[in-house]
Formats: sequence, C-alpha cells, structure tokens
Amino acid sequence: MAARDQHGSGAPWGAEFKVVGQPHRKIDGLAKATGSAVYTDDIQLPGMLHAKTLRSPHAHANIVSIDVTKALELEGVHAIITGTDLPINYGVIPWTPDEHALANGKVRFIGDEVAAVAAIDEDTANAALKLIKVEYEVLEAFFDPREALAKTEPAIHEQKPLKDGSSRGNVSKHVKLEFGDVDAALASSDVVVEHDYSFHGTTHAAIEPHCAVGQYSADGLLTVHSSTQITHYVQRALARVLELPEAKVRVIQPFLGGAFGGKSDPFSLEFCVAKLAMITGRPVKMLWTREEVFYAHRGRHPMQLTYRTGANKDGKLTATDAKILIDGGSYSSFGLVTTYYSGQLLTGPVDIPTYRFDSTRVFTNKPPCGPKRGHGSVQPRFAFEIQLDEIAEKLNLDPIELRRRNWQGEQTKTVNGQRITSNGFMQCLDLVEQQSDWKARYGKLPDGRGLGVAGSMYISGTNYPIYPNDMPQAGIQLQVDRSGRVTVFTGGNDIGQGSSSMCAYIVSEELGVDLGDIRVIAADTDLCPVDLGAYSSRVTFMVGNATIDACRKLRKQICTAVAEKWEVEVAAVRLGGGLALCLSDAQKTIPVREAFQWAEARFDTLGSTGSYNTPTLGGDYRGGTIGASPAYSFTAHAAEVTVDRETGRITCEKVWCAHDCGRALNPTLVKGQIEGSVYMGAAEVTMEDHGINRFGLHSGPSLLDYRIPTSLDTPDIEALIVESIDPEGPYGAKEAGEGPLHSVIPAIANAVYDAVGIRLRHLPFTPGKVLAALEEKEAGQPAGTAS
Amino acid sequence: MLRLPTFQLHEPASLKEACALFAEHGAAAKILAGGTDLLPNLKHEIYDVDHVISLAKLPGITGFEMQGHDLVIGALTPLAQVATNPNIQKHAPALAQAASLVAGPQHRQMGTLGGNVMLDTRCQWINQSYFWREALGFCLKKDGTVCHVVEGGKKCVAAASNDTAPALMTLGASLTFVSATGTREIPIEDLWVADGINNKSARPGEILTEIRLPLRDHTHHGAYGKLRERGSIDFPLLGCAVRIDLDDADCVRDAAVSLVALQARPLLIKGVDALLQGLKLGSTELDQAIEAVAQLAHKKCKPLDNIPGDKDYRRRMVPVYVRRTLRAALDGTGPVHHI
Ligand SMILES: Cc1cc2nc3c(=O)[nH]c(=O)nc-3n(C[C@H](O)[C@H](O)[C@H](O)COP(=O)(O)OP(=O)(O)OC[C@H]3O[C@@H](n4cnc5c(N)ncnc54)[C@H](O)[C@@H]3O)c2cc1C
Ligand code: SF4
Repeated sequence: MAARDQHGSGAPWGAEFKVVGQPHRKIDGLAKATGSAVYTDDIQLPGMLHAKTLRSPHAHANIVSIDVTKALELEGVHAIITGTDLPINYGVIPWTPDEHALANGKVRFIGDEVAAVAAIDEDTANAALKLIKVEYEVLEAFFDPREALAKTEPAIHEQKPLKDGSSRGNVSKHVKLEFGDVDAALASSDVVVEHDYSFHGTTHAAIEPHCAVGQYSADGLLTVHSSTQITHYVQRALARVLELPEAKVRVIQPFLGGAFGGKSDPFSLEFCVAKLAMITGRPVKMLWTREEVFYAHRGRHPMQLTYRTGANKDGKLTATDAKILIDGGSYSSFGLVTTYYSGQLLTGPVDIPTYRFDSTRVFTNKPPCGPKRGHGSVQPRFAFEIQLDEIAEKLNLDPIELRRRNWQGEQTKTVNGQRITSNGFMQCLDLVEQQSDWKARYGKLPDGRGLGVAGSMYISGTNYPIYPNDMPQAGIQLQVDRSGRVTVFTGGNDIGQGSSSMCAYIVSEELGVDLGDIRVIAADTDLCPVDLGAYSSRVTFMVGNATIDACRKLRKQICTAVAEKWEVEVAAVRLGGGLALCLSDAQKTIPVREAFQWAEARFDTLGSTGSYNTPTLGGDYRGGTIGASPAYSFTAHAAEVTVDRETGRITCEKVWCAHDCGRALNPTLVKGQIEGSVYMGAAEVTMEDHGINRFGLHSGPSLLDYRIPTSLDTPDIEALIVESIDPEGPYGAKEAGEGPLHSVIPAIANAVYDAVGIRLRHLPFTPGKVLAALEEKEAGQPAGTAS
Repeated sequence: MLRLPTFQLHEPASLKEACALFAEHGAAAKILAGGTDLLPNLKHEIYDVDHVISLAKLPGITGFEMQGHDLVIGALTPLAQVATNPNIQKHAPALAQAASLVAGPQHRQMGTLGGNVMLDTRCQWINQSYFWREALGFCLKKDGTVCHVVEGGKKCVAAASNDTAPALMTLGASLTFVSATGTREIPIEDLWVADGINNKSARPGEILTEIRLPLRDHTHHGAYGKLRERGSIDFPLLGCAVRIDLDDADCVRDAAVSLVALQARPLLIKGVDALLQGLKLGSTELDQAIEAVAQLAHKKCKPLDNIPGDKDYRRRMVPVYVRRTLRAALDGTGPVHHI
C-alpha cells in the first residue's frame, strides 16, 4: 500500500516556518518541573487495593503445586491469582506468544512471576506472599547461550519441531540471509579482517518503575492505567488474555518517567491488576520495586559476534560476513525482530557490496531481553565499526576517509534491498571532523589520549506493523472549538521524548494557533485513534505525517470559509501567529478564533482525522520488510578518551555527535535526544552491566549496583544537528531518539586504540581488561586477544 | 518501592533517655542517625529489630569543638559539614577528603560521621532484598549457614566499607561511647573486630557520642584516595588514607597508612613509619621508600570477592593508590579520586 499522502517537506505557508525549527518548551515541561504531572503511581482511587507478585526463586523449574490457603486467610487479603487464573498465552509478537501473566506450570528465570495477591495495602500483600507455598521440581538451568544451544534438553520452551522433524532445542529464532557472493568477494579482497566481539547485556533503568492500575466497572468495562509505551498492543493483549472484547478494554498511559524500550511489551502486572480488579470489583494497583524492574528487563541482548570484512586497496569494501549468537533470556519478547535487526540494519551508511549474516537467538534462564534504544543493531554496529577502523589502519587510510569512500549515497538501495531516501552522513562526518579538530589531532595526541570515529544508521519506524493489517499505522483526530482552542487526539505515546509536543508544534504551524491554545490528549484507547506506539523511532515520522494530514483537511475548510467572507481567493488566506490574514489586503485580519467560528458556521462542527501508512518497502524475501523504513537517520560520532595506563581506567572526555534527523522540528528536543543517547551509550562501554551471577541471580538489581552514569560520569557532549530534509518525513523530519546512540560505542573503542594501541573487542571495557590488554601488547602478543 | 518492616520508633529527647531505651531493648533495637545505611538494610531485612531509636532529637552531639589539644566532633555531625569544616580541612585533611567522597551529595547531608564509623560491613551476597537472598539460599551473616565468598568458610568476611574509618585510624582518633552504665573512650583501632557479622567491639546499648582527634600543626600532611566506578554514590572498591608528619627540617617524623574495603576490618599497615622516618622531602630516598610502602601494602592487602568488583584488580590497585595518596598528601593535592 502506498503512503496515504505526501505533504512535501516545505513550510505550509510558503518559504518560512513560524513554529517548526524553533526551540520551544515541551508542552508538559512545566507540569513535570513543578511536580503536578500525574504518573501512574500517583493515581489513588476510592477502595483501591494494592497488589504484589510472588516470584520464582529458581532459574528453571516445574511448579508441582501452589498452596495459597494460609495466605488467603490473612486479614486484609482480597484475592490471590496464579497461572491457572490467567491460562491464555500472549507475546508482543503474535508469532511467538510464549508468555503467561503468571507461570503456567513452569518458571524460566529467577524472578519469573508465579502468583499475585491483592490486599488492603502493600505490607499485607507482601506478608501474604510469604505465606504462599510453592513446591518446585528444579530443572537444569542454562546461563550461557553456547551451552543452551549445544544442549537441547531440558528445553526452556516446548516448541514445534523444525520442518525436517528435528528439535529446535533452545533456539528461539534463526535467520540466515545472504546478498551476493560473499565468499568469492572475500577471497578476492586485498585485505580481510576477522575477529570475535562480544556485547554484554545492559538494561534501560528508566527512573519510573513499571506501575499499573486496573478498574472493572459494573457494566463490564475494564480500564487499565499503565506506564506503557504501547497502549494499543497492551489493549489487544489484555482483551486476549482476559477474554474480553477489545471494545470493552480501555488502556490509558499517564505521564511516563522514561521507557527506552523497556515498557514496550505487555507485562505481567497489567494482566494481574486487571484480573484482580475483575475478581474483587475494586480498583487494584501494582507498583514494581526497582528489583522487579530489573527482572522485567527486556534490555539489550548480549551477543557474541564473529565478523569478517574485506576491502580492496582503494579502500572500497567488498564484503561482510557475520555470525551472531544472541542470548535472548527466557522469553521471545521482540526476539524475532531482534534477530532480523541484528543483520538487517547494518547496510548503511557505508555500502557493503556483498553481505551475509547468520544470527541465532537462544533461550537462557535469565531475565528476558528485548528492545533497548537502538534495538538489535547497536551490538553489530559495535563490531562492524571497529572492523572499519582496522581496515583503515591496514590500508593506511584515515578512518573518516575510509567511510567517505564507501558512502552509499542518497536515493539508493542497500544490498539487502532497503530503500534509502535522504542521507546526510557525509555532512555528519564533516561536522565531527571539523569540530573535533580531527585532522590536527587524530593519531597525534600524547600517549594515553586518543580520538576515534564511527558511523551508523537507524530506522524512522518500519512498515512492519507487528500484527498484519492494512489499516494506517498512525491516526490523528483534531477537534476545533469556537473558543480558538484545538485539541489533538493521538494514540502516540509520549514517553518523555516529546511526541505530544511535536503534535502541538505541527498544529500550531499549520493552523496558526498559539501553542498555549492547543491541548494534546494522548495514549488513551477510548479517546484517541490508534497509533502503534513509541518504538522503532516511528512516532515523529508517522504521527507527524498524520497530524499534517489532519491539519490540511481542516485548513482547507477554515481558509475556504474565511475567503468566502472576505470575498478573496482561498490562496490569499493565511493562518499564523494566532491570526487569519489576507495576502491581498492588509486590513483584513482577524483572530484565528473568529476564523474558526466562520468555518463552524459555514461547515458545521469542526474536526478532522489524519493518518499515515508506510509505502511498500523492503526486500523481496522472507523478512525483507523487517527493518524496512520509510527513511533512515544517519549519525557520526567522534570520541575523545584518556586511558590511565596504571589503573586501566578509560575516561571518555568528550563526544561529538552529528546526527542527521531530517528536519529538526524542535532543535532543543533533538539535542536532548542526542545527549541522552550519547551518555546512555557511553555508559554501556565502561559502566553498565546487566550481569547474571553463577547462581542465576541478577548480580545487583539496584541502582547502586547497576551503575548508570551520574552527571560526573558523563562526557562533554557536543550535539550537532544535520538536516538532510527527507522527502517523505513530516516537513522532512526523520528520527532522533535512537540513532545517536549506536556509534558512540565503537567510536570510544576506536579512540582507545588511538590512545594506547589496544583493540578492545569485548564489552564492557573494565579497567582489568584494559590492563590485561596493555600487558599483552607489551609482551608482544597480538593486541586485543584479552576477553 | 521496597517497604520498611514494622518497628517501634523512639525519639528520645535526652542522651540519658536514649541510653535507657537502648539498655532496655538491647539487640532488638538499632540506633538511627542519618539512616542512610540503616534504612536500606532494614528494607533488605538484614536485621531482626522491633525498635529503632532515633537520635534526631538529642541535643548537643552535633558540631565541632576545640578541647585543649583535641578537636572533638559530635557523632551526629553530617558528613557534608565534616567535609567542608575549615578546621577539619586543616588539621585532618584525610578525614575531610574521605567525608567528601562518601556516597552522593544527598547522602552526605543526611549521613553522619558517627553513622559512618558505625557502618555495617558490606557484601554482594548480603546487601540484597530478602527475595534475592532467599533465592540464593542465604548466607552466614543472616538466615543461612554458608559463606559464598570463602568456600567452606566459617566466618563472615564482609568488607568494612566506611570511607572515614581509615582516615580516623591514621589520625589516631578515639571514640566516646555512652551507655546506661557509663562512658568509655577507646582508640578507634580497638573498635574493630575481624568478623563481618559485626565488625565492632561496641555492644548493643552503647551510643557513640564523640570522635576525638589530636590537633596537628602545619607539619601534618594527609590525604585520602578512593577507588570506585562512578564519580559519585558508589561505596569504595578500595579506600586508602595516609598521614605524613614532617619535622622542621622537612624530614618525615611519623607516618601511617590505612586501607578499607578489603576485609571485615579496616587495616592499618604496620611498619610504614619505619620505612619513611627521617627521609627528606624531595629526596630520591623518600621516593624509593614510598614505593616500598606501596609494595608493603600490596603484600598485606588481599581483597576478597565480598564487595562487587574484580578482586584481582582491586589488589592491583593497592600499591597504585597507596603511592598516589602518599604523593598527594605531600603535594597537598588530595583526594586521589578519578574525577
Ligand atoms: C547509595 C549509597 C551509597 C553509599 N556510599 C557510601 C560510600 O561511598 N562510603 C561510605 O562510607 N558509606 C556510604 N554509604 C553509607 C552511608 O551513607 C554512610 O556510611 C553514612 O555515613 C552513614 O551515616 P548515617 O548517619 O546515615 O548512619 P545510619 O544509617 O543512621 O547508621 C548506620 C549504622 O550505625 C549505627 N549508628 C549510627 N549512629 C550511631 C551512634 N551514634 N551510636 C551507635 N550506633 C550508631 C546504626 O544503628 C546503623 O547500624 C552509602 C549509602 C548509600 C545508600
Ligand atoms: S562474606 Fe558475604 S557471603 Fe560470606 S557470610 Fe559474610 S555476608 Fe555472607
């Protein structure tokens, strides 16, 4: 299907934008800063009960029996549910519905949900948990993906055998795709670099823990307030599991304190508060502890990556061959997509003429992995961009120059069949080169200090709607009031990234209404048209386009009504700055409010809808649409590090990040996303580690032991915006939420090499590894064999 | 959020009343100063206590006072004040520096010097929720029978992790404890016991009221070095305090080095004074002796896998931090901290 409408990338009223491109406050900034914003846990309802979850202390076990008698006898306990109360399976990806709200006879990691209690308060619910007796039959558990791959029994999930009848064992997903003759290309290359890399696991650590409040009305309506970033899928999952018609399920996302991908799955607590509310007839709230958030996880997959990349003497790449083992943890989550993304998103901004990837995701008995900012593609990018650095070194080329020589260009196609529209990567490279004073300093800094560069690309949404359907991916509804106020109804989830503000900027630009007179009602499934949610960096692109679509329809009516009154051409009417103006007669000026009234009188009650759907995209092969985006963002990072040879500590001093976001609708928010991405990525290099210890326990499920950076640990960041102006994005915008994270990690790795001559290939770069690598180098062993 | 267990909170208005309450409830009670260590530990259900005795309403055990040749610090003085007090910075720079690096800024506003001295030991297997510890099968320190750090170990080796402890040890501090039965003053070295379950000789019923430091003159040099992952918040992976006193000819008169975050008790390295004494500032002999002290510390310090962080790396950092901290003391450039 084609995109519904193309609106062009120019300003709606001629050459200049009035609102777009300017720095603006977020529309909810003051509410958040003053504490008046209502988050899920702020919701208090009359008669509300509090719920808590009983979790498995075993990494892999069958549940033999659950006895809740004692717990039910405790005063103040209203209801207890277990797996038998919620027997229907689900999963965010409809093809892999391997989750249950509460364990269905089996637990798969320490922290897996087993039972839930609703009581008059949290203390009573906690006390009841201790009275529930569960008998387990403990099974062998797998913490190492290689082991889980090698041994098929005990299988973590029962799965249908493969077509040839053989067991899938613990394999969650396998994807192997080849484009061109990789082996021949490598064989004839002048240089080939081949190495193993590994990416440890990390998690989102959003400051707001997951929380949900369920209500069930006497007439059978279920309402769930939840800290989700995808209301629509939660609504669908609730309806399925609770066996309710979708029309009877309402999901509302209140203000959200960060998500980063960690709130994209339907979670156990949403089903539990719903079920407990249905049983007790009372509202039920569940707020997870920080520790429980670490068990919910869905963070970045650990990956073991083997890469071979070839190039010729002229610096042109010939081939890349990747083999990736992905540690999925205990459930599928988005794993099918992750497995594709681990290969599909590598094919720009440098051109890879022949390419093969062979990715296997396996289940292990650990908290389930899922999408974290830069879903699936941050880990391969790490390996590949280090390989480019190594090739540049072998060919005696500057690493920026190597990337320039291999740039894929604009309006082109990648080797795996993805359509590239705008592409500002060359400007990104230019900017980081200039701003870091690269030419004067790369390779020339004193010992212990170095510069590194890397680049990347990312999607602005994809044309894969998770569940197959032909309806729009984003919808918008506008309601216009005769007071001059416009209300936007959007299914888009504002998770702090500013998507509701983005809608308001567009409406203000299109209809000339002051920002203060625009309200945005978002992410309430009873009020708002469907949007697929805040993931894959899709919201600005898709919801933005839908908003323009809706505005243009209204604008036509308003301008027609005004033109008729003034007896001028419709084209002579302009809306802007809170006014309607006439181009041919400066005397003719009215407040936009009055224009709305004229239009209402002329056309009846005013309102409009708008939508967006992706054009047909993607390669013509199985999985070819996964990762097929209407537009790609591009990023280049230069990082400067110091390495203390004696302590092994790497300090990232400064990062220059140039990001091609298409048009920056609000440059302040774009810079915020760049800065947030950079510091999140930089922390994954040296600090954050979602480790599971030898007992299968999370090695430190707290914000003390899981070390997210403080302001003192954050490098200086120079956020540089490149505006390639995409032909299909809203006013040319693409994305800024995830792209700017990717290449900061390899840029730091490459900078370490410039600083002290060691190639670190196994994250995280702890000081102990640095010292070991320095020693190896001193001893004359091949650099970078330390793991 | 993790919930606190239920307990009775007492807020005595006098020291006498506090002592009486503590005497009455003994091991079933805990003292609450700033609460920055006590409250997380209560939430983790590491203590079985029914009573918490808050010192918040007690008069007069906060602040700094010169008493003859001593500087006396009230046990309830917030760390933020210890870090910034000009007298402490002058007479006990290592203490000021150590206090400035404890936890994060908010903790230093709430956390007290007394609470830091009395801080419980830490271990990756104990400073966790009840659920987590139960899934592990508990450990010797609470609810269990085995140690996960030392296989077959019969003694808890959780690590003393208080930053100010080594500084106070190099400074020769003494501590005043008051109880219903009287007052006793002990040198800080006598406080420590090599047992991670309770690494202090103070008994339930005893309240720490004062920390007393001998005043030092301009010839005193001190510094604190702290290894940790982040620039703030984190407990020490290694803490190192040093003192070097010079004579009028700029030769070392006396010196001490103490380290923390190794084992159950902070360690004062014996023999440091002998290695440094008499050596002149700026001489190569002193440089060599500093290296010898660093090596001596390396030999004596054997970090365990008690707190998070690679123990071999922590051990490797012992001589580095000892050397750097000694130099920082002489150069007046402390603290030694990566940020
Ligand atoms: C995130 C985090 C990071 C931290 N990082 C560090 C760090 O880097 N370095 C560090 O040293 N500490 C750290 N701490 C621990 C703590 O903040 C400090 O040690 C602080 O000084 C404790 O003082 P307090 O007054 O809050 O003690 P409290 O928590 O009130 O008490 C601590 C213990 O001492 C006992 N106690 C307190 N006062 C007395 C008294 N007068 N007489 C008898 N017993 C008493 C209490 O019963 C309790 O057992 C950290 C804590 C947190 C939560
Ligand atoms: S050292 Fe750690 S594991 Fe061993 S008994 Fe003490 S607290 Fe428990």
